[in-house]
Amino acid sequence: MIRASSRHWGFAAAILHRISGIALAVFLPLHFLVLGLALQGATGLDAALSWTENSLLKASEVLLVAALALHLALGLRVLALEFLPWRGARKGLAAGAVLLALGMGFGYLAALG
Amino acid sequence: MEARLFLLQRLSAALLAPLVLIHLGTILYAVRAGLDAEAILARTQASVFWALFYGLFVLAAAIHAPIGLRAVLREWLAWRGRSLDLAMGLFGLALALLGLRAVYAVVVP
Amino acid sequence: MQDQTGGPADTGQDGEFMAVRIWRGDAAGRYRTYRVPRLRNQTVLDVVTWVQRHLEPTLAYRFACRVGMCGSCAMTVNGRPRWTCRTHTAAVPGRASLEIGPLRNLPVIRDLVVDMTPFFEKWQRAQARFEGRLTRRDPPLPVRPESAARREADLAIECINCGVCHAACEVVAWDPAYVGPAALNRAWSLARDERHTGQAALRAAVGGDGGTFACHSHGACSEHCPVGLDPSRSIAGLKRWAARQGAGD
Repeated sequence: MIRASSRHWGFAAAILHRISGIALAVFLPLHFLVLGLALQGATGLDAALSWTENSLLKASEVLLVAALALHLALGLRVLALEFLPWRGARKGLAAGAVLLALGMGFGYLAALG
Repeated sequence: MEARLFLLQRLSAALLAPLVLIHLGTILYAVRAGLDAEAILARTQASVFWALFYGLFVLAAAIHAPIGLRAVLREWLAWRGRSLDLAMGLFGLALALLGLRAVYAVVVP
Repeated sequence: MQDQTGGPADTGQDGEFMAVRIWRGDAAGRYRTYRVPRLRNQTVLDVVTWVQRHLEPTLAYRFACRVGMCGSCAMTVNGRPRWTCRTHTAAVPGRASLEIGPLRNLPVIRDLVVDMTPFFEKWQRAQARFEGRLTRRDPPLPVRPESAARREADLAIECINCGVCHAACEVVAWDPAYVGPAALNRAWSLARDERHTGQAALRAAVGGDGGTFACHSHGACSEHCPVGLDPSRSIAGLKRWAARQGAGD
């Protein structure tokens, strides 16, 4: 479905950056609402946190951490492209950013285990 | 206006970068140490540092997210004009309010 | 008739033929398949020309120099915008079949010919036209070629407006207001031109709606430019340049 002219690293980086951004924008209000439960003291928050114990939600937690790390890394790529006078080397930037993000995602997984 | 939004977006991004890294670090630490809600709240409550840290985080995110979303909605849903700008402004406001409420919830004992 | 084979002079190298799909009609048209002899040192432009001469006299296409200088023969070849005179059939990936269509992101007039008017209109909309203050009676303004600004302008100035970057750009496809990489690359060459007197209008145009800030640094433009230009880099420079002034108003 991706047309041939779009099969380049810059586009992949931009799409991942965009999708992770959308995911975070959707997640953030929910995150704030859950944290707001702490207004009812620790028990309110604990109840919410215990609800997140099930594996489907644990998986989405990992995805969200990865999304955050990915969005950060690819965002740094954009900042670098826009504010530093690059020539070539862009593919390296995109790849490096993704590897950094994946590393962080795995770090989180490792911490869980 | 596009220039102003561009600058706000890039500046909030530059601010968010270190904040996100610290946030990811604290999540990792909390998960590693197996902290429950009470343990986390014990650390955040009455802490000036966390109040300022997360307060800043919320405001930066409340600026950054709507500007980013605006471009996506414009390009992928062909939504343009004042109505989009208004919607994004409201989204930013909602993030700021909900976020600061959440900061209050975890910081004020 | 879907499949057509040729008449005289149609034997390929060792009698080899290939199936070539070529777009016929306007935007509501479709691909038609032609059987074309495969030759050594054959370009896609050669293929199109062969089809027009032997099989389909009504096939509409553009070309001029046929030696990679003018950019007139730009078309979509197996999904990528390219100069067909500089695309050898042997080099096209997946050469079991060849698919030739009109350039993307511009209205199709007929077959392989697109209307370049919107492309040039966007160039004008970006205010990327030179305005000087000297007359022919004045001595020329000395411009040092090694100055940083002139070196930046020189990196961008060789654009021949072939439309390939415009066709490759995903944001041009997504956002009709976006003026595109060619117009912005041209604007950058003027932003770095100390003789250009229209700097204020240029800044306002590229800093506005559909201007430089609409670019998301995908880099398709620089990936595809047949002249080896870097519109992505020009646009990054333009963002810094336009943002500095934009913060002031």
